[in-house]
Amino acid sequence: MSAVPDIEISRTTEAEVDHFAEAEILSKRHAVGKIWRVVFASSTLVGIIALTALLLNIINSAFGYVAFENTIQPEQLAISGVSIEEMSREDLVIVLGNHVSQGLMRRFEDEMPWEERTREDVYDLVQERVVKPTTVAQWSLYQSLFKVDEIRQEIAEKYRGADVIFKSWITVDFITSPQSSNALIAGVRTAILGSLWTILIAISFSFPIGVGAAIYLQEYAKDNFINRIIQTNLNNLAGVPSIIYGILGLALFVRTLNQFTSGAVFGYADPMTANGRTILSAGLTLGLLILPLIIINAQEAIKAVPNSLREASYGMGATRWQTVWNHVLPSALPGILTGTILAISRAIGETAPLVVVGASTFITFDPTGPFSKFTTLPIQIYQWTSRPQDVFRNIAAGAIIVLLVMLLSMNAFAVLLRNRYSRRI
Amino acid sequence: MNLKKKRRLGESIVQGFLFLSGVLSIFITIGIIFELGTESMLFFTRVQWERSNRLITQEIEPGLTEFEVSESGETLREGDLIRLRNEEMRIIEVQSGRLYVERGARDTEQVFHSEGTAIEKATQVTFLEFFGKTDWNPQIGRFGIWALVNSTLMTSLFAIAVAFPVGLSVAIFLSEYASPRFRSVLKPILEVLAGIPTVVYGYFALTFMTPLLRLIFGNNVVEIYNTASAGIVIGILIIPMVSSMSEDALSAVPNSLREAAYGLGATKFETALQVVLPAGFSGVAAAFIVATSRAIGETMIVAIAAGAGSNFTFNPFKAAETMTGHIVRISGGDLSYNSLDYNSLFAIGLMLFFMTLALNIFSQRIVKKFREVYQ
Repeated sequence: MSAVPDIEISRTTEAEVDHFAEAEILSKRHAVGKIWRVVFASSTLVGIIALTALLLNIINSAFGYVAFENTIQPEQLAISGVSIEEMSREDLVIVLGNHVSQGLMRRFEDEMPWEERTREDVYDLVQERVVKPTTVAQWSLYQSLFKVDEIRQEIAEKYRGADVIFKSWITVDFITSPQSSNALIAGVRTAILGSLWTILIAISFSFPIGVGAAIYLQEYAKDNFINRIIQTNLNNLAGVPSIIYGILGLALFVRTLNQFTSGAVFGYADPMTANGRTILSAGLTLGLLILPLIIINAQEAIKAVPNSLREASYGMGATRWQTVWNHVLPSALPGILTGTILAISRAIGETAPLVVVGASTFITFDPTGPFSKFTTLPIQIYQWTSRPQDVFRNIAAGAIIVLLVMLLSMNAFAVLLRNRYSRRI
Repeated sequence: MNLKKKRRLGESIVQGFLFLSGVLSIFITIGIIFELGTESMLFFTRVQWERSNRLITQEIEPGLTEFEVSESGETLREGDLIRLRNEEMRIIEVQSGRLYVERGARDTEQVFHSEGTAIEKATQVTFLEFFGKTDWNPQIGRFGIWALVNSTLMTSLFAIAVAFPVGLSVAIFLSEYASPRFRSVLKPILEVLAGIPTVVYGYFALTFMTPLLRLIFGNNVVEIYNTASAGIVIGILIIPMVSSMSEDALSAVPNSLREAAYGLGATKFETALQVVLPAGFSGVAAAFIVATSRAIGETMIVAIAAGAGSNFTFNPFKAAETMTGHIVRISGGDLSYNSLDYNSLFAIGLMLFFMTLALNIFSQRIVKKFREVYQ
C-alpha cells in the first residue's frame, strides 16, 4: 500500500546517506591522522624526557647536604695555635707521625720520600689517616632544596654531633686528588690521567693505520674480490660488540704479547704490572675498537673530495701518491679529523672492554708510562656505582659530570671543526 | 724522451703500507675468530676433576694394573679417565668392584698409592650440556648456556619493545611532520643521547629506573637488580640508533610518491603509513636488526643493573645475569689462564659474536634484497 512513497523516500535518503557517510569517513580519517600525529610527536618527547631525566638524576646526586663525623677534630691537631690548614709540610709530617704507626710512616716514605711530596699531598694524608672524616648520611639535591626541615629534624634525632655541610661532589679538589677508599676525599685524577694515556695510545695506533686503510680503499683499491671482502668485513667489524674486543685484547695483548705489553722487552721490569694488564694493552684494545670507525669516517671524507681535484693534479703530471698527499688529504682532513674526534669520544666512554682487559680496581698513584697499571674514568664510575654504600653513588655522579663535560666539549669541537672547514671545498 | 713509468721506491713502500693497513681489518676478524675459537675448543676439551666418592681398598704398587675399589659412589665406566692423587689412569675394564686400568695415562708418573686413596673422575663440558642445560654455575661445574642467553634475550626484548615503536614514531615524525627548524633542534638532542657512554646509562638504570619500577610495582615484586630496568634503559639507549637510521631510510623516499598519494586524496597519516613506510621498509628493517644486535651486545647497563649470578627465570623483575654481564663480572677478578672460567669467557664470547654477526649480515642482506630503487 505504501510501497511507492517508501521507495521514493529511500531513494533520496540513499544519496544523502552516501554523501553524509563519505563526509563522516573523511572526517574520521582526518581525526585518525590527527591522533597519530599526536602519538608521533609525543614519542619524540620521550627522547627529550629521557635525556632530561638522565641529566637531572645525575645532578640530583652530585650536590646536596652531607653529614659526616671526624675521628679526630682538626682543631685538636693544631700545634701552638696553628691549624693544620696553615701548617707547613714539615709540621704536617710531624702531626701525621704522632697519630699513625711507625710502620705506616715507613711505608709512606717508601712510596715517596717526604722531601719529594708536596704540602697538599701530606695534607691529604693527614686528612685521610688522621682526621678520617666518614659520612653518616647524605641527601639528594632535591631533598636539600625542598625538604630542609625534614633533614634538620633527622640530623637532630639521629646524627647529633655530626658536621653537616652542603657539599658539591664535584669540585676542583675532586678533579685533582687521587683515588681513595674514603668517599669524602676521593678524586678522579688517577682516572682522568689513565683515560688520557689510553686514548693517546689508541689514537697513535689507529689514526695512521685507519687513514692509511681509508686511502687504500678509496684511492688505490680496484673493485676485486679481496677489496670487497675488506669493505664488507669493515662494516661487520663496526657492529661487533665492544666486549668482544675486550676478550680479544685479553687473549692477544695481555696474554700472548705479555712480554711486549708489560715492557719486559724494553727492559722495563715492574713486578706489579708484569702480567700485561697495562695502559699499553688497554690503549691497543681501544685502538682496535675504534679502527673500523676511523676507517669508515675517513672513507666518507675522502669520497667527498671532488674528482676534478684529482684529475687536475694528474694533468699536471703528479703521481698517484703526490695527488693523494698534496691534494686529496688536505681537502679531506677536516672530515677525517671530525670522524676521528667522534671515534675518540666513543673510546673515552668505553668501559666493558677495559674491564675485561684488566683495569685495576684500586690505584692511588698516577700512571707513569704505558707500562703502568691503569684505571679510567668510566671504570671508576662503574666501580663506584657497584659499591653497596650510597655515598659512592654521589661521587659516581660527580665523576659522570666530569666525563660528560669532557665528551660534550670534544663533540662541540668536532662540530665547530666541521662547520669551519666544510664550506671551503 | 723516456715515457716509461719510472719506478719510485718511496711510493711503493707507501703503497705497501696502505695496503697492509687495509688488510689489517681482516686480520682483526681472523684474530677474533681464531682466539675465540681455540679457547672455546679448550673449554670443551679441558678435563675437570670431580670426586667420585670411591676409594681404593688395597695398596697399589707402580705397574699394578688391576685393583679393588669400594662399591658405593659414582659409576665408573670403561674408557673413563680417573685420578689418584697426581697419577691419571684410563679404565680398560670394570668388573664389580675391580678395575683394570692403564697406569700413568696422559704422561703422568706412576707412583705408589696407599689403601683408602680417593678416586677422582674426569668430567668435561659437552656440547650437549652447554646447549641443553639451563643452569650456569661454574663453581659446581654447571655450564648450561641457556641461563645466560635467556636473560640476554629478556633484556633485549624489553629494549626492543621500548625502542622500536618510539624510534619508528620519532623517525616518521622527523621525516614527515616536523618543520626543518624543529628537526634541527631535535636531531642534536638525539645525537647527544646516542653519545652518552653506556656506563652512565647503567647508573641511570640503577638509580632512576629501578626505583621508579619499584615505586610502580612495589618493593616486594621488583628486586633491586632486575632485567626489566636494564632492558628499558637499553631501549632508551638504542632509540637514537633506530630513529636516525629509519629517518634516513624514510627521507630517501622520493617526494613524487608522497605527492601521488596526496593527489589520490590520502591524508598525511595514510601517506606516511601506507606509502612512505613500505617504500622505506628495507632501511627501517635494517635499523631494527642492527639495533637488536646492539641490544644483545650491550654490556655495562646489564652489568650494573641486571644483577650478578646467573638465574634462569622469565620474571623480568628478578635479577638475572646476561652473557655480557657474566663476562664482565668474572673477568673483573683475577682470572687464572688455566681455568675453565677463563675458557668459558671465550665460549660465551664466540656465541655472542655469532649472534651479533648473523644479525648484522642479515640486515645487510635485507637492505640489498628489498631496497626499492627509485629514479
